[in-house]
Amino acid sequence: MAPLGRAALLLAFGLVAYALIAGSYAAWKRRRRLALSAQNALLAAFPVTLIAAIILLVALGRRDMTFVYVWQHTSHKLPLGYALSAFWGGQEGSLLLWLLVLTGYAGLAVWLNRRSRELIAWTVPVFGLVAVFFAFMLCFVSSPFNVQPAPVDGRGMDPSLQNPYMLAHPPLLYLGYVGLTVPFAFAMGALLSGRTDERWIVATRRWTLAAWMFLGVGQLIGAHWAYVEIGWGGYYAWDPVENAALMPWLAATAFLHSVMIQEKRGMLKVWNMILVALAFNLSLFGTFLTRSGVVDSIHSFSKSSIGGWFLGFLVLMVVLSVALIRWRLPLLRTKTKLESLVSREATFLYNNLLLVALCLTILWGVLYPILSEAVRGETRSVSKPYYDFFLHTFGLPLLLLMGIGPLVAWRRASLRSLGKTFIVPFAAAVVTGVALLALGFGSSWPGLLAYTFAAFVAASIVLEFVRGRAAAGGIFRLIGRNRRRYGGYVVHAAILLLAIGVAGSSAYQTQREKLLKPGQSIEAAGYTLTYAGSTGVRGPNYTGFRALVAVSGHGQRFRLAPGINDYNIEGPHPVASIYHDPRSLGDVFTNAQPGPPGTNEIDLKVFVKPLINLIWAAGFLFVAGALIAMWPDAVEQRRLAARYAAGAAPAGI
Amino acid sequence: MSLALAVAAVLAVVIVVFVARPFLSDPSPASDRLDELAPEARQRLALAEERDRALATLKELEFDHRTGKISDEDYRAQVGPLRRRAAEALRALEQREQAGHERIADRGQRVQ
Repeated sequence: MAPLGRAALLLAFGLVAYALIAGSYAAWKRRRRLALSAQNALLAAFPVTLIAAIILLVALGRRDMTFVYVWQHTSHKLPLGYALSAFWGGQEGSLLLWLLVLTGYAGLAVWLNRRSRELIAWTVPVFGLVAVFFAFMLCFVSSPFNVQPAPVDGRGMDPSLQNPYMLAHPPLLYLGYVGLTVPFAFAMGALLSGRTDERWIVATRRWTLAAWMFLGVGQLIGAHWAYVEIGWGGYYAWDPVENAALMPWLAATAFLHSVMIQEKRGMLKVWNMILVALAFNLSLFGTFLTRSGVVDSIHSFSKSSIGGWFLGFLVLMVVLSVALIRWRLPLLRTKTKLESLVSREATFLYNNLLLVALCLTILWGVLYPILSEAVRGETRSVSKPYYDFFLHTFGLPLLLLMGIGPLVAWRRASLRSLGKTFIVPFAAAVVTGVALLALGFGSSWPGLLAYTFAAFVAASIVLEFVRGRAAAGGIFRLIGRNRRRYGGYVVHAAILLLAIGVAGSSAYQTQREKLLKPGQSIEAAGYTLTYAGSTGVRGPNYTGFRALVAVSGHGQRFRLAPGINDYNIEGPHPVASIYHDPRSLGDVFTNAQPGPPGTNEIDLKVFVKPLINLIWAAGFLFVAGALIAMWPDAVEQRRLAARYAAGAAPAGI
Repeated sequence: MSLALAVAAVLAVVIVVFVARPFLSDPSPASDRLDELAPEARQRLALAEERDRALATLKELEFDHRTGKISDEDYRAQVGPLRRRAAEALRALEQREQAGHERIADRGQRVQ
């Protein structure tokens, strides 16, 4: 099996190298058959990589310990689902997943746009270049098909990874990270071919949305995993690897907004190229951070020596992107100017500046400790207050802009019109702010501001749907006519829920900790938690204990059972116990550690987190909004097909 | 081991044939030149984009007016120039297409 896996990877490497070299030569010398041949090589790379992936999955499923990778990440008693999830649990498997998704995406994107030959001729080698790097790493630096004489058992899997969320979180993140290669490859292809019209945007619009959606959902699932699994009561810790996924998402969010200005006004061509390059390079940087081990993170499950290779490739891609954009600046410059600072375009621009500013401050927070250690040899870290400060500084205005943007007309808006459209959201915000202040929510000004702005945004979204429905003659007609706009508003509603959930669960949470003997209690935010005693548990590959805790308060009674699982191979791991309160949409989160040795005491930690469940609910709304925005529009497709058919080759959209 | 190698060899042959297919299926083409947009076609495309943009802007303006984001006064001030822009883009495209048809007809007559 392993030799076949190695052969498949070598073949994949040969194919993508051919796509790069022959594709570049064909595009440069305008050779049609060679360009088609390079395109076929890229298409063939996916099934070949799939064979390698299937071989690794079979080895993981059979716990074939002759594979070093299987031995490193599984054990015989590890349940099958988790054994298969080891595919992305280690470095070599993750690289293989990158290559698999990349070749799959590249093949599909190229095939769907195959008629736009001039653009595709240069896009193929760009895909080839990225794929060559990953295939090279898998063949010559970090192979998942190294073999050994079979040991008795494997090393097992990190207990925190033995969680159902781990079956979805990493693959979704990879679908997002790798998905950003598609707009990047087409954008660079457009620069190389000189096709700086909107063709590349039309070709990649849904790909960018899909990648952005996967990245967003992947992060949310990761946040939920951290919440239920790590046991510290939080869901986002500004961990460098978490930030690594957030940064490309922010850049892609900025791009999704600014690209609309290019489509509607023909402006911001250079800026859009920069954002696409930024999003892709940040996704590479994210993979580098996760896999290189240059930062201490709860996600750095494997440290390795591939960091140098990654860094070299990252530098190459940044230099290439900057050089290409600079080279094609004359083609990208446009005469169209912003007509007014009070217009929809202007609000999109402000939104872009804030998103990029937030993205870059997070990047600096991630880079600073690495640079500090590399240059001065000092270990420094950037902690929560730094990130919180910038989240408040840029995030709160962003939240407000989400409500302002839809109310402002395109091109320019007069003060009189603004006054008319703003009155309802403004009143909603003022009433909410004053009411919350009166109810004692002034203990956290960022929380109070977030809720006040949230009221403004909610009112503006409702108003948009109500007015739009009246103008279009029905809600489905309204959404059907402009899926991107109204899908976008649904996404805005999701972000709103997220903001309310984050503000509630962080600014207004209650935290208590106490050493308890059986029969003793602890109070937290109106709940009384009484420790009744503990009991033992046994699982397929662990034993452990659960503290039995009876909870009463707010007219409810329920039981919680936090404790610890002691895994046979991997060691002890905390198990949190959470009650979802349907009335407050919040949680009572508990975590228990054994007390001093020789006693029957436990150290019980309690977090009461109001509104936290809105964060997870936001995920469903987010996906719904993204799908609405992505859904094909037959009228638009016909219009675009006619445009490119009239221009030259018909568009395969 | 030998089975794995045999499978790999078969796979390699299939892949090589697939990659070489453009040469195998068309060994001596009349032209091996990759399609390229002529400068005229590029201009036509730019005009088509401009036309679509102008029409979309007009549609947005109408919708913003109907939903009360733009006052009647602002609407009247903006709609005229936008309609002119859309009409100019449409006219320029039509002129280009007509010139193209005439060139083709002209070439046809010369051939006859």
